[in-house]
Amino acid sequence: MSTSALAIEGLHKSFGKLDVLRGIDLELAEHEVVCLIGASGSGKSTLLRCINLLEPIDAGRIVLHGDDITAARVNVDRVRSGIGIVFQAFNLFPHMSVLENVTLGPRKALRLGKKEATGRATELLGRFGLADKRDEYPDRLSGGQQQRVAIVRALAMRPGLLLLDEVTSALDPELVAEVLEVVRELAAEGMTMLIATHEMSFARDVAHRVCFLDAGVILEQGSPEQIFGAPREPRTQQFLQRIVDAGRL
Amino acid sequence: MAIAVASTLVFFGALAFLVTRSPGWDRFKAYFFDWSLYRESFPEIAEAFLINVKIFLIAEAVVLVTALGLAVLRSLPGPVFVPVRALAIVYTDLFRGVPTILVILMLGVGMPALQLEGVPDSEIFWATVSLVLVYTAYVSEVYRAGIESVHPSQDAAARSLGLSRFQSLRHVVLPQAVRRVIPPLLNDFIGLQKDTALVSVLGVVEVLNQAGINEAADFNGTHYLVAATLFVAITIPLARFTDWLIARDRRRRQAGGVTT
Repeated sequence: MSTSALAIEGLHKSFGKLDVLRGIDLELAEHEVVCLIGASGSGKSTLLRCINLLEPIDAGRIVLHGDDITAARVNVDRVRSGIGIVFQAFNLFPHMSVLENVTLGPRKALRLGKKEATGRATELLGRFGLADKRDEYPDRLSGGQQQRVAIVRALAMRPGLLLLDEVTSALDPELVAEVLEVVRELAAEGMTMLIATHEMSFARDVAHRVCFLDAGVILEQGSPEQIFGAPREPRTQQFLQRIVDAGRL
Repeated sequence: MAIAVASTLVFFGALAFLVTRSPGWDRFKAYFFDWSLYRESFPEIAEAFLINVKIFLIAEAVVLVTALGLAVLRSLPGPVFVPVRALAIVYTDLFRGVPTILVILMLGVGMPALQLEGVPDSEIFWATVSLVLVYTAYVSEVYRAGIESVHPSQDAAARSLGLSRFQSLRHVVLPQAVRRVIPPLLNDFIGLQKDTALVSVLGVVEVLNQAGINEAADFNGTHYLVAATLFVAITIPLARFTDWLIARDRRRRQAGGVTT
């Protein structure tokens, strides 16, 4: 049996008295795209941050490509350099040009030479229609462009797993499509992705599997057809009904 | 625009009128504004001022580094670094609390008096050390405010790329922090430049003592005016240069608005 790309077992995380994640079990196969849906505060972002070791976990384990990354004495920096994450608010470095944003990780964390890092960045920027922006500063780009740069920045590390945290939630509606298009392209290429999203129609056509998070547990999971077409749990039905009522599905 | 010019003229005109009509004005003018004396005294006092320049140039270069180091130590997270943070806090409290002139007196008089082998006995050396100690405390607080003003999501983004804590600090947090604190940093450096006059308490013939010696010789305060103009001649261009640097950085990052 081949090892899965990501396996999460019994993950617990609390902030003070607030239990945000209360026993998450989740497995991703290589090249699988899984969407996390659920109300705000259901723990989607926290789960992604835990996988990237940005938040220490309280219990459980996270196994990445066969290695337990939550074990003691794990090289945290090396683990992170193999997992890409894209944030809702882009978090580009405002004092660096687009090119510098994209080459920082490869140069400092992967210790690539300037030439190789620049080559890698230029190729990726070109692929996602950002070639002419490489010398711009982030403040001069539109939100959609900034988020695409953020995706390119993550991809420049050649991650084995990409985490997307509500990547379109901070965008004006007309800019959402260009970012989702990039994600679709990555899915088509076989990138393993775990995507927290509010874009249900996007989740429906890009995801191999959809997980509904509710109060810190995965209440229900299945194919997009099953989750969106015939949800079993009453909480899932309620959540989706609210989305439909809001005109978002 | 016309209103601004008119009101400025009226205001300063009235002020000049009042001052020059004051009963002591003629004596005041003779004491402080003797232009031939000014020209005569200038070269000598300017030469003494070079000692102040030397002190603040060295002190500023050292403070830039030591204060940053202290600020970083104080920003180290986690329980392991409690003693480091505590030491940094004690240092800052101490050297911000004690008047600069006392630090200069204690080190400038005390250290040479020890007559220790290998310890310099130059007053200028210990005065410079005193200014470095005091201003490191002030400037580290400025840096710390800058570090804390950088949103944690910037560090998270850097760490998520696999950068170490130090790399994130070095390449992402500090460059943004330092840019934001350039104006208050300059403020402290102007303070440091002026405080080099305190070195006079050790008997070093720097700008203030030289002006004082000259004043005592012919009972004329114009020598102090020379000293004052020398300080201002350094600080004003520095302030304009800093403004220009900040404006240039902002233009580079934002000019042209949003391109689509």
